[in-house]
Amino acid sequence: MELIPHDTRFDFIGKKKITLWISTAAILISFASIFLHGGLRYGVDFSGGLVAEIKFSKPVDVSEVRSGADAIGLKDAIVQRFGGENEFLIRVEKATEDLEAMSKSLQTSLQGRFKDNPVEIRRVEVVGPKVGKDLKTKAMWAVGLAFLGILIYVAFRFHEISYGLGGIVALFHDVVVTFGAISIFNIEFSLNVLAVILTIIGFSINDTIVIFDRVRENVKKMRKDDLVTIFNVSINETLGRTILTTGTVMMVVLILFFFAGEVIHDFTIALIVGLITGTYSTVYIASPVVLFWEQHVSRGRKGRR
Amino acid sequence: MLKALKWKFLLYGAITAFCILLLVPTVTSELPQWWSKVLPAEKIHLGLDLQGGMYLLLGVQGDKAVESYMEQIKNNLRDDLKERGIPVGKLESDKTGQIVLEFSGAKEKVDNLLAQRFTMLRELSSSGGEGGIWKYQLVLDSKEIAEIEKRAIEQALEIIRNRIDQFGVSEPEITLQGTDQILVQLPGIKDPQRAINLIGQTALLEFKLLDEEGNVDEALKGNIPPGDIILYQRSVDPQTGAVRRVPYLLKEKTMMTGEFIKDARVALDSQFHEPYVAIEFTDVGAKLFEQITAANVKKRLAIILDNNVISAPVIQERIGGGRAQITGRFDTKEASDLAIALRSGALPAPVKILEQRTVGPSLGQDSIHKGIISTLISAALVVLFMIVYYKASGVIADVALVLNIIMTLAVLALFRATLTLPGIAGLVLSVGMAVDANILIHERIKEELRFGKTVRAAIDQGYHRAFSAIIDSNLTTLISGIILYQFGTGPVKGFAVTLSIGILANIFTAVYITRVIFDYVTLRPGVKTLSI
Repeated sequence: MELIPHDTRFDFIGKKKITLWISTAAILISFASIFLHGGLRYGVDFSGGLVAEIKFSKPVDVSEVRSGADAIGLKDAIVQRFGGENEFLIRVEKATEDLEAMSKSLQTSLQGRFKDNPVEIRRVEVVGPKVGKDLKTKAMWAVGLAFLGILIYVAFRFHEISYGLGGIVALFHDVVVTFGAISIFNIEFSLNVLAVILTIIGFSINDTIVIFDRVRENVKKMRKDDLVTIFNVSINETLGRTILTTGTVMMVVLILFFFAGEVIHDFTIALIVGLITGTYSTVYIASPVVLFWEQHVSRGRKGRR
Repeated sequence: MLKALKWKFLLYGAITAFCILLLVPTVTSELPQWWSKVLPAEKIHLGLDLQGGMYLLLGVQGDKAVESYMEQIKNNLRDDLKERGIPVGKLESDKTGQIVLEFSGAKEKVDNLLAQRFTMLRELSSSGGEGGIWKYQLVLDSKEIAEIEKRAIEQALEIIRNRIDQFGVSEPEITLQGTDQILVQLPGIKDPQRAINLIGQTALLEFKLLDEEGNVDEALKGNIPPGDIILYQRSVDPQTGAVRRVPYLLKEKTMMTGEFIKDARVALDSQFHEPYVAIEFTDVGAKLFEQITAANVKKRLAIILDNNVISAPVIQERIGGGRAQITGRFDTKEASDLAIALRSGALPAPVKILEQRTVGPSLGQDSIHKGIISTLISAALVVLFMIVYYKASGVIADVALVLNIIMTLAVLALFRATLTLPGIAGLVLSVGMAVDANILIHERIKEELRFGKTVRAAIDQGYHRAFSAIIDSNLTTLISGIILYQFGTGPVKGFAVTLSIGILANIFTAVYITRVIFDYVTLRPGVKTLSI
């Protein structure tokens, strides 16, 4: 079966002027959204604070829950409906000493306040401020070093630093746009969402390398052609595989989105966005970067492969 | 060629069988007796975010342990100086942990005393001399401080472990994190709040005498007689639920602490059937208790837990049996927890809750349930798709994918790694890459077939060409995985683990196992077409 005809000759690279604008716009919108929201909405993992998912047996009004939370000592709590019926999410974003006491007595305080409405605490997370900051720093270091590792390996295996750069710039693009989506959809940036970012990075670089590998092969075969043609041919030749792989993974993620419960929703939305940009960035970020570098920066170098 | 193939088949088959065996414990809990002697019998550990439970990160406040040690030293020094008849002008400790000592007269005696019995103190400065009045500034030796803090943490670890043991949680994990943090993980716990209260309680039991002469109300206004302190009793009115704080004026000196308790049990009062805690002292404690009660008959002795007055009964007579009762409006659970806390001993320093995550059992169940369903649905779809698109060869790809997942999970079980939600993300990524690898190979084979190569040659070339792409992309991701594992914490590590293992399994299954199957299928001479 052939979903994609094998002899397509679409001029991908030629579209790069338009896509450059699209990408720039996407990045700007992402930064704008983050800026307007005053930064990302950090989950308690990073900012410290308290998050509790509670379920009442009988219907309760949101405002009742809000005043209840306030009464038992959760000042400035954000309360919203969440998940199924009678389920709420309570968030307090400041990490203070009281929170420690609160984590010890949340069940009894809540139950005491809502006397004839049995309340179940499905999930509670309390994180002190220092722990949150620690986590943030360590995560950033880990990701930064991973990027460095990728850069070095790709540059080494493809014999030109431009390929390494291309891959990394594409990754940056993907991460920024995904952060933008997280900001726009008001997704809480928790540790799980961080795992999504890591997944997207992996996926994007995988996609990029497959294309680069084909380019590397074609450069040896198509000695007469210029780099732009070689890139176009390579992208076209791998088109079938790209669509199939991205399609398959996307299908899995969509199923997770619809069937795996509300807790995973944030997770899967970010993943969907990341999958799309991951594939897009290979063609319209990584490749143009390589081409630009080879054409303008690495001029006059004979015998480059 | 055939022979080599046979060997490969056997080898891969054996590896596969081994992996499946590794996973059996996860699937069923009824293993025959001989199992654990021959094979690993570890279930895959599910993280707390998946199975429900409590994750508690405690910070041990070592500096408080040092503080109380200083207090003890100060008191000992005071007693020793008094014994030797040295007039002491001032002996106090300030906030920075220094002891200031002012005395007159026998400088030599004091120096001797310090050198002999207080070697842990260092002289920071000494001044004076006029009129025979000396002033010393003493601090704790820094090595001593480090020792105390280290011991405090080790002790706290032991005590917390003890308490959790008695509390009765299945498979608790209690580990030291860094230099001063304790990580407690209690999977499947049903009453997290009770556990937190039990674990986080310092549980320092003290006996202090009431100041019968002093006036509580006067003291509340601010005129506390010297050597006294005010502590409160928290009493809850059973009908209205209102909480009152009853003040008690107590003599500051602690007559006795809970360290002399040998045993503590919950018992029921014969009259009202209300629970109380019956404590039994050690021999030394029993003697001490006898002395205290003998010297203070008809006076009131306050029983204090973590600076809260629990009760203040009147000492009716000298108590020589080494037993006492702690009563005070407990319910059975509270009494039982107090008994546990007393039995395990007081924490040497208070612990602070740095991080707490609790996933209730219902949510855990929910997550697992939904997770399994969606995984099965998506797996089925992918398998189906491969067959539809690549026909018979699709089956080979499916075999690779299934083996990939089995092997990854098997290795996780073997190394007792824990699977968390980020870990599942890592798994999703590596499976995605596995799908990719298989697609790469299949597409390449198709391409070669299109160029008119024979089936055997096409398979050869297909693998050969696809190899570099697969290796490079997998290695890049593997490098990131290793770096993330090294430098990341917690969930990042979990992600990195499943990702790295998944990639290694991927390279093995996608490249080697599928090749073996392809070779076998196309072995017969004259095979002209490949169903792909």
